[in-house]
Amino acid sequence: MNIDNIKKEFPIFNNKVHNNDLIYLDSANSSQKPQVVIDRIYDFYTKEFSNVGRSVHYLAVAATNLYENTRISVQKYINAKDKNEIVFTKGATEAINLVANTFGQKYLKEGDEILITELEHHSNYVPWHYLRQSKGIKIQFAEVNKEGEVTLESIEKKITTKTKMIAISHLSNVTGAILPIKEITQLAHSKSIPVLVDGCQGAPHLKLDMQDLDCDFYAISCHKMYGPTGLGILYAKKKWLNELPPYQGGGGMIKEVKKEEISYGELPHKYEAGTMATAQVIAFDKSIKFLEKIGIENIIKHEKELMEYGLETLRKNNSVNIIGNPKNKGAVISFTIKGVHPHDIATILDEDGVAIRAGHHCCQILHEKLGLAATARASFGVYNNKTDIDQLNISINKCKKIFNLQ
Amino acid sequence: MNLKELYQEIILDHGKNPHNLKKMENFNKDAKGHNPLCGDKVHVYLKLDDKKNIEDISFEGSGCAISMASASIMTSLLKNKKEKEVKEVIKDFLEMIKNKPELSTKILKEDEKTKLMCLSGVKQYPMRVKCATLSWHTLNFAMEGKKEEINIEKFE
Repeated sequence: MNIDNIKKEFPIFNNKVHNNDLIYLDSANSSQKPQVVIDRIYDFYTKEFSNVGRSVHYLAVAATNLYENTRISVQKYINAKDKNEIVFTKGATEAINLVANTFGQKYLKEGDEILITELEHHSNYVPWHYLRQSKGIKIQFAEVNKEGEVTLESIEKKITTKTKMIAISHLSNVTGAILPIKEITQLAHSKSIPVLVDGCQGAPHLKLDMQDLDCDFYAISCHKMYGPTGLGILYAKKKWLNELPPYQGGGGMIKEVKKEEISYGELPHKYEAGTMATAQVIAFDKSIKFLEKIGIENIIKHEKELMEYGLETLRKNNSVNIIGNPKNKGAVISFTIKGVHPHDIATILDEDGVAIRAGHHCCQILHEKLGLAATARASFGVYNNKTDIDQLNISINKCKKIFNLQ
Repeated sequence: MNLKELYQEIILDHGKNPHNLKKMENFNKDAKGHNPLCGDKVHVYLKLDDKKNIEDISFEGSGCAISMASASIMTSLLKNKKEKEVKEVIKDFLEMIKNKPELSTKILKEDEKTKLMCLSGVKQYPMRVKCATLSWHTLNFAMEGKKEEINIEKFE
């Protein structure tokens, strides 16, 4: 599959936005879907639909097999040891909530500390905040430096004897900084502290190898990986899934239910209560296949080229200020234009069909640190090309013209 | 959609150099407003005299051109108005932004209404309507003496 022609695989680009071609630069928010994924959802509902894991009829067995196949595809894609280390959730947010809730319930007491960073988005902060309220734990924030990075040293500085979990992003959705996860995990494990990685931005853009990263938990957002919405994945080492209590109760997660007691099902069903997002799980297999077909190395190379071209182009544009300058950076460029509020930028760009995000990107702590209420953000996916960046620059210039800037 | 209608010169001028953008000394009423979607914040200050006339009105805050211009135009038009008149203008403005083609209040002069109508361009941009209405809802809260911060998400 030639990455230069990949846009053709995404039917959304056949549509016009305000009579212009769509230039989609909001993949960090959510990615577009290739035809194969859309077709898979349609086909499943049209020809193969049934609930999974319960009935013995033909459709139920077939659907269960398809559902479990995705689990195996994910296991292989992220190099997990066991397919039962893959738990489907409704999103990365639920995956992190699952860990915070069950880990907190079993292991945390007043005064214990969770170490996160200043660049976490809200889904890797708010679930821990609940424990601050319910259990009286403390949350420590590893500092972001002026380049918009979190270093191993800044993590080390905040580790104390009370640190019970380190929960960190793989890739910042604002500055694009890629965190040294492997080194952080080694450090944490040397002090017997487990590590949760928020992989919302990491999973679509980086090579995922759980054996290499060696983290204890990794949360994935499927809709950012060219997959359907309403689906996330929690990877967790088996020992954790065995040790932690169940999260939600309901059908599908039990072994035996009596009036006096209830026993819970085996992994991974223990964590998959109720009817799951079946069609989404089955379609996500196509997203994995799509990524595999292009090859993550090619994706990384393509997005790095785009990001560098984007940085070069926007740096030449005076009045554009780029947020952060991490050495190791993913395909995200956040910026401001002096004299134009990010929401005005986004409205003006939208008129040209250029879709970016403006706001705090669910990272208010980081924006407070940067002293900015909001930023504009262009984020890239496999379907973007240099023409998209040229159009971004043209539209930014239009913005400057409307606001009478030089 | 028409960007020229949204970003008229008067909006850009007020957005760039907002009038009455300052913290007031000796205010006797105030309220804070917040738009969680974009993080915009506004703090409206009022000084009412014994007869409940607006002796002075100002605001502090940061935000997009639309929200700054809206607060700036609002404060310029309402100085020296009576409390009752202010309430009428707020109601009229919010109705116009929501669904009425024109302003109907007799409180404002025609040229003042024309100035205010410059904000009507946001009607074509549903995501931006709250940028224009934040300061007005906040002023309403200040007049009513409500203490809690307004979350603009609660308003239509």
